[in-house]
Amino acid sequence: MTETPLLRVEGLSVQLPRDPGRRPLVDDLSLEVGVERVALVGESGSGKSLTTRALLGLLPPGLRCEARRLEFAGRDLRACTPRDWAALRGGSLALVLQDPRHALNPVLSVERQLEEILQLHGTLARAQRRARIAEMLEAVGLPPSARILAAYPHQLSGGMGQRVMIAMMLINGPRLLIADEPTSALDAELRDQVLELIATLAARGRMGLLLISHDLQSVARHCERVLIMYRGRIVDRCAAAELARSSHPYTQTLWSCRPSGRTYGSALPTLDRDAIDSRLGR
Amino acid sequence: MRHSPAALGGGAILALVLMLALAAPWLAPYSPDQPDLGQRLEAPSAAHWLGTDGLGRDVLSRMLYGARPTLALVALVAAGMVPIGLTAGMVAGYYGGWLERVLMGLTNIVMAFPRLILALAFVGMLGPGLINAALALLLTSWPAYARLARAETQTLRRSDYLAAAEMQGILGSRLLWGHVLPACIPGTQVRLALDLAGIVLAAAALGFLGLGVQPPTAEWGLMIAEGSKLVFDQWWLAAIPGAAIFVLAIGFNLLADGLRDLGDPSHD
Amino acid sequence: MSRAFKLPLATLARGLLTMATTLACLLLVTFALSSLTPIDPALRALGDHASASAYTEMRHRLGLDAPWPQRFARYTGRLLHGDLGIAESTGQPVAEDLRHVFPATLELATLAMLVSAIAGLALGLLSAWRPRGVLDGVVRIVSLFGSSLPAFWLGLVALYFFYARLHWAGGPGRLDDAYEYTLDLDSGFVLLDTWRSGVPGAFANAWAHLALPVLVLAAYAVGQVTRMTRAALLSEAGKEYVTLARAKGARPARILVHHLLPNTRGLILTVLALTYASLLEGAVLVETVFAWPGVGRYLTTALLAADTAAILGATLVIGCSFVVINGLTDALVRALDPRLR
Repeated sequence: MTETPLLRVEGLSVQLPRDPGRRPLVDDLSLEVGVERVALVGESGSGKSLTTRALLGLLPPGLRCEARRLEFAGRDLRACTPRDWAALRGGSLALVLQDPRHALNPVLSVERQLEEILQLHGTLARAQRRARIAEMLEAVGLPPSARILAAYPHQLSGGMGQRVMIAMMLINGPRLLIADEPTSALDAELRDQVLELIATLAARGRMGLLLISHDLQSVARHCERVLIMYRGRIVDRCAAAELARSSHPYTQTLWSCRPSGRTYGSALPTLDRDAIDSRLGR
Repeated sequence: MRHSPAALGGGAILALVLMLALAAPWLAPYSPDQPDLGQRLEAPSAAHWLGTDGLGRDVLSRMLYGARPTLALVALVAAGMVPIGLTAGMVAGYYGGWLERVLMGLTNIVMAFPRLILALAFVGMLGPGLINAALALLLTSWPAYARLARAETQTLRRSDYLAAAEMQGILGSRLLWGHVLPACIPGTQVRLALDLAGIVLAAAALGFLGLGVQPPTAEWGLMIAEGSKLVFDQWWLAAIPGAAIFVLAIGFNLLADGLRDLGDPSHD
Repeated sequence: MSRAFKLPLATLARGLLTMATTLACLLLVTFALSSLTPIDPALRALGDHASASAYTEMRHRLGLDAPWPQRFARYTGRLLHGDLGIAESTGQPVAEDLRHVFPATLELATLAMLVSAIAGLALGLLSAWRPRGVLDGVVRIVSLFGSSLPAFWLGLVALYFFYARLHWAGGPGRLDDAYEYTLDLDSGFVLLDTWRSGVPGAFANAWAHLALPVLVLAAYAVGQVTRMTRAALLSEAGKEYVTLARAKGARPARILVHHLLPNTRGLILTVLALTYASLLEGAVLVETVFAWPGVGRYLTTALLAADTAAILGATLVIGCSFVVINGLTDALVRALDPRLR
């Protein structure tokens, strides 16, 4: 890749200030994302969500975040004022969360939610906004009917709600989309569909995509590169196509622990955390 | 072990008041009921640290003894409403069905009544006194605990925890006492501390209106009423007992705040 | 926004049914209390020296030997006709007395409600804005004090300082004696009457007398409103949709107005209703201290005189107001929340 990557992170760490002796929640993390689809995979508690919040400046108060380098499209995010952040978030930097039932404002209709983000970042007239909303809803596979526009989040199914969230965050044509476990709250059949949708939209919009997940096999199908995270650190990086051949014990276990026809009848491998920890030098 | 300054402060205040009340016979310089008409309405002095009231009685001694009826009322109310409320809630949540509907309907109705007003009416009809006042207050205060206990019971009922206990053969009342009751305790503590602050104020109100313990017994609310007639000249006679009630209520409120913070996992 | 106020008939019917049931239980309670009088009404009517047969006859005449459901039905019937009995102290029908005094309480409680709602919401908002900051600490202390002060004591202290010592506010009662006996107070609302009377200085005097009781009563409730508003806002602010709203690029002011407040509407309304209800209770004490001629003072005077009809009449009126306010708020909360429809 010869052009500057969209996102450059070096030495990111997140910790609780009151307890400096404890291990940081995110420890010296470095990554780069260009106009490509990158997955960040790890088990619960590995620090993936905290990383995404840190990248967007949305960490809960009480957590301290530091980095040697934190740049988006050449801009130093550490120097951003709240006004700068407000312009970036929802505009060129987008976030999709896990559960639309909780992530969408319960008292706003679908139309209002989509309109709001348009109004925050542009000056389109009413009719143009309407057109853009309709266009976006179709792009995510929802009919732009009056019923859907007037619906409230609790009236939508999981899959529909997630599509609305995606439409909402992509409507301003961001350059980078961070998706934090976008399919974990969905039924198994829907997961692939929604991931496929996200990947397609990313490719079509020439966006960078950072996909967070705990399901290695499923992201491998839709992403080009994979970063494996364990206990706040990135322990392995490889291309999606080479996951099966990874030499890191953690990656190997994650990759091969999913039940399938091939594993039928034999015990699934489990993690040997001591071995992994000693390899990390702890 | 996390600590909360609010809980500590509140607890300290309550402990102090309790100790003073219990030690009143040893600490009070005079008898609280001893009139001395030659020394009426004295300002605070060396002989009488807080002055004397309209009948020449020493205010400090009356203050120390006056804590007792208030604390006794608080204890009676707490001892009544918590067991009744928790039991009703646990039974409702565990057995469900029409029993639950009836009990919860009852709590909704009682909670819709104005507590102080009904207490006033109750005492007004049955006659003044400590027991009647306590009864009136606890009859209108138990529903909150029933709601709490029922919510906890329902949560546990749906969880695997109870299912596991049931499979071990633990059933019915043993299940409730041994497993559900401990889960209700944190919420109950906070609620109780908060309620008791209100009960202290309600008890003072009843005393003020002459519906609590009767004169010549010393009671803070009663002392405020007696002092209110003289408020423009001997203002301390009404101010001091009021300050004591204020401090006691703050003690309970602080304790409630502290307990709530301690139980809240998001508190640093 | 027109969509927001649809309320299906079923919910409305259910709400009314609940309210009716609660009112019925309230009647049952006051009825039960009325039969607890330590003094037997028959004896009271006849005196101690009546014969046994006269006593039995009197009991029959007063309907006291009927089974209790029948007596309750008769009681309810009388109430529905507006008959609350005769007050011993005034000799007037209790219903008449209450009609005279109720507006005074309404005036006091409503003004105190406005003050405590505005102050409480503002303080709760400020304190939730920056949790654990200095402002939050101050607000928490203020609300702690407000919830711990006995209302009647605060009233006494306020009277002493602001009336007796500083002469800033009016004293007990609704108006100075000079106006009290020369003005015609028809509506029962002192502000309205003094305004209409056109007598110079009367309106200002009414305000001078209102100031202290309103502020004392408001202080009683402000602590509660602040605490609940703060808790409601903080708990909403931790939810995921707020994170996503920030991820959309919304600034704090926008998040407050468009995201937090609409979602806490229901909670805040409930808080306000609870406050209004608790103000009715606090009014009992404040009216007594300030000699304010409202339902509260009527009740306490009746208590001191052991006037059973008046006690129960006043209790019933206050209790019903309580129940109705809570019921209406419940319905309003349901109407505003799209999830509950």
